[in-house]
This record gives sequence, C-alpha cells and structure tokens, in this order.
Amino acid sequence: MPLDIAIIDYNAGNLGSIYKAVKFLDAKPKITNKVGEILSADGIILPGVGAFGDCMDNFRKAGFIEKNLFEKILEQERPFLGICLGLQMLFEESEEMGIYKGLGLIKGKVIRFPQGVKCPQIGWNTIAKKQEHFIFKGIPDDTYFYFVHSYHAVCSKLENILAETTYAGTMFPSMVIKKNIIASQFHPEKSGKWGLKILKNFLESTN
Amino acid sequence: MVLAKRIIPCLDIKEGRVVKGVNFVNIRDAGDPVELAQRYDEEGADELTFLDITASSEKRDILIDVVRRTAEVIFIPFTVGGGIRTTEDFRRILRAGADKCSINSGAVKNPDVINKAAKIFGAQCVVTAIDVKRRYVEKDNVKQSVNGPDLTDNNNHVVIQVDEDKYCWWEVVIHGGRTDTGMDAIKWGLEVENRGSGEILLTSMDTDGMRTGYDLELTKEFSERLNVPVIASGGAGNEQHILDVFSHGKADAALAASIFHDIGEDYHRSIEDVKDFLERNGITVRHV
Repeated sequence: MPLDIAIIDYNAGNLGSIYKAVKFLDAKPKITNKVGEILSADGIILPGVGAFGDCMDNFRKAGFIEKNLFEKILEQERPFLGICLGLQMLFEESEEMGIYKGLGLIKGKVIRFPQGVKCPQIGWNTIAKKQEHFIFKGIPDDTYFYFVHSYHAVCSKLENILAETTYAGTMFPSMVIKKNIIASQFHPEKSGKWGLKILKNFLESTN
Repeated sequence: MVLAKRIIPCLDIKEGRVVKGVNFVNIRDAGDPVELAQRYDEEGADELTFLDITASSEKRDILIDVVRRTAEVIFIPFTVGGGIRTTEDFRRILRAGADKCSINSGAVKNPDVINKAAKIFGAQCVVTAIDVKRRYVEKDNVKQSVNGPDLTDNNNHVVIQVDEDKYCWWEVVIHGGRTDTGMDAIKWGLEVENRGSGEILLTSMDTDGMRTGYDLELTKEFSERLNVPVIASGGAGNEQHILDVFSHGKADAALAASIFHDIGEDYHRSIEDVKDFLERNGITVRHV
C-alpha cells in the first residue's frame, strides 16, 4: 500500500513540485485543506510559498487555527515536514512586511537577511548537521540543497536546530525539529537526487 | 560554507523540440527537451532554462506539454521564457510545473506586469530578461553626472569606462536584438528590481553566439549595483569565460547554451568538466 501523504493546501503558491516529487517516490500525495484528512494521513507536508502574514490569514480561513490543527499534529505525533515558509510558520513571529504572529510551536522568530546582502538567497548551499536524525540517512556531509528566501529563522533554543547554513556571513537554522515536527528552509523537492533522498527518508519514517 | 555559483544550460525550444546548435549533419533528430533536461540534471546542471522561440501562437501549447513532462522527471529548478506578456502567461507556465518565468520584451512594453506577477506568484518566480548592446560614446561627450557619482553622456545615460579611452552605455534591445528601445539598461535593471523582479537574466547581444566570452564590464556593473542575483548570458565559449564572468564579472550564475550541447564540436564542454575547472580556480560550485 502506498503511503498517504497529505500536502496542506492553504490557497497559496505552487504545490505541484512537491506533489510530483512525492508521487515520483511512489507515495500517494493528496492536496487537502480538510483537518480530518490531514490528521489521518501517514505523513503531513506543509509546503510554503508566499508571504508569512498571508499564510497565517489563510490558515485562519481554512479553520486550522480554530481547530488546533498544528497542536494536534504535535500531540498525536503525526510525521510532519515543513518546507521553506512551512518552516518559518512554526516560529512565534516574523518581520516580513510588518510584524506577524506565527504558530509558535518553536521558540524564536523570523527576520530578514541584513541590509546590503543580495536578497533573495537563490541557489545551492550546504548544511551542517547539528544533531543525528533519520532524515539525514545516507546524505553525505557538505551536500548542496536549493534555497530561495529573503527571511530566515532564529531559534531561541539550540535543541530545535537540526542543521545550520551560512549565507553572506549570516548563520541560520536551515533545518529545525520539535519531536515529530521537522522542517527545512531549503526545497528538497528542488534539490536533485539528495533532496529526493531527504523526502524518501521522511516518507520511510511515516511507515 | 557559501552559496555555490550556478551553471545554467539553456535550451532553445521550437515547437517542442530543441533547436539551437543541433541543426547539424548526421543529427536528424533535433532533440527532445525532456531527455536533454534529464541529461543536464545528471551532469550537474544547477538549474535549467527553456527559451521558447516558437513563432506561431497556436503552437505555444506544445511548450506547456514540454514543461509538464519535464516537471515530472526533473527535481531541480527550471525557468521558462519566450513570449511571456501577461500574468496569465505566468500562471500557465508555473501551473505546468516551471519554478520561474522569464519576461523580456513583454516587460519593456508593460512594466507593471512585473509588479503584478511578483505580487501574485512571489518575486522568486519572476526573472526579468534584459537584452543589451553596447553604445560607445566619444570621450569628449562624457561628463560627470550632476545627480551622483556616475559619468553620463549628453542624453543622461549611465556611462562606464570600459577600457583606456573607451566609454560606453548599454541600450536595452528587444525582439531578439532587432529593435532598439533607447532605454538605459542599468536604469532599467534598477527599475525592474524595484518592481519586484527576483532575478535578472542579463544577455549581451554583442557577444551572444560569438563564443568569445561574456561582456564582463556589463555583468560587473549589474552585479554591483543590483541587490538581486544576476545571471550572466551571451558569449560563453569555454570554461575560462565562465571563470571570468564569476571572478571579474561578479555574476551569481552563468547561463550557456552551445558549449553544453554535445554535437561533436571541439568547443563542447561537459558541465562537470567546467565545474572542476572552476573549483580548481577557487570558485565554489556544487557537485552532484
């Protein structure tokens, strides 16, 4: 039986890439905004394209906040992978186009790269592992992943940092973790074979 | 740990087939873009660019099919350009699975489309392609700008000293270089950045297809003045040219077409060979 993977739809961005990557890895992706469907899937992916404030608004409109979707994902220990904005949304707040409150599942905030740095960071950068984790299974050190972002997270607690990356002198958490919830700032679905390996490791963990 | 310099092969596509550099004896098949894209991905391309040169608009749907098939098998970023005019064009290309859309003449004619597309799809999806030509200026006509540190000519173009006693400005050209616009490319670059373009694809029409090297002064001016990444294009003939555009031109990415097409010419280079050369010369590149 292929694994049922819920890709959370909140009316933003292009979900096609992650859908195709999950399908390519022989799992069964479903793009959905139904809380019941999300919680009953084998694994949950929160993709992210767009602005932080809009994303929170869309979460509210979809009823995710009212129904405590993300708290339930944490309590029920559902395998969860956030990508790009899907990582940033886990934090307490972001300064993207004003100050917006986030989900607050991980302590810390999201800030812009300093003035004078080329923004967005677009391209391939490496990650430095800070903890051992199944998501890194078979991934060599200094592997490159594809990043596209102008804002980055700052973790208040070291225990939430899974991997770090440096761009133009700024070091930031490029992967974060809290129990069953993991997230990457880079796009595994756009990072070639090693990105697919990260996704495969995630899918295998949901089995 | 630094951001790697990107190598981007470009495929010119006409009616669903790759055309540039392969209209050659013994090669009857012009090449399937999806197969070629897969090969470039395996060779270590950091991104791919498809440029649609299909003339008739009825045949444009063929491209959408190519984009869709590519997105099913390629898991690195790819950009699609050629004939993009409206946000609806962006939507069709992105929906089909492309990560970015590049807009060229369409942005010159209607710059607001950049703002709209950036707002709807995000700046990271909007690549503005700027085609330019050098316009040399007599030294006697070069003066200090009253508005800032730049040199200008009598028409207020930003003038750069490109060699001893040689001065030029760069003019934006459209329709593949056939139409002059009179626009100052440096000012246009700053404008498209302000309008929300996430990247600039900068092509020198003076060097394009010549395989004599990129316009390094042009690339350097753009890279230093703009706050968004600059992809240099036009003129790559060997690995040294690509090294030069990173080290002297300060480009964030280098796009090339003919040298990566393996059609039996002695100027053919594999992406991996180019990356090995760059790495030996101190440039950070990604190996697969």
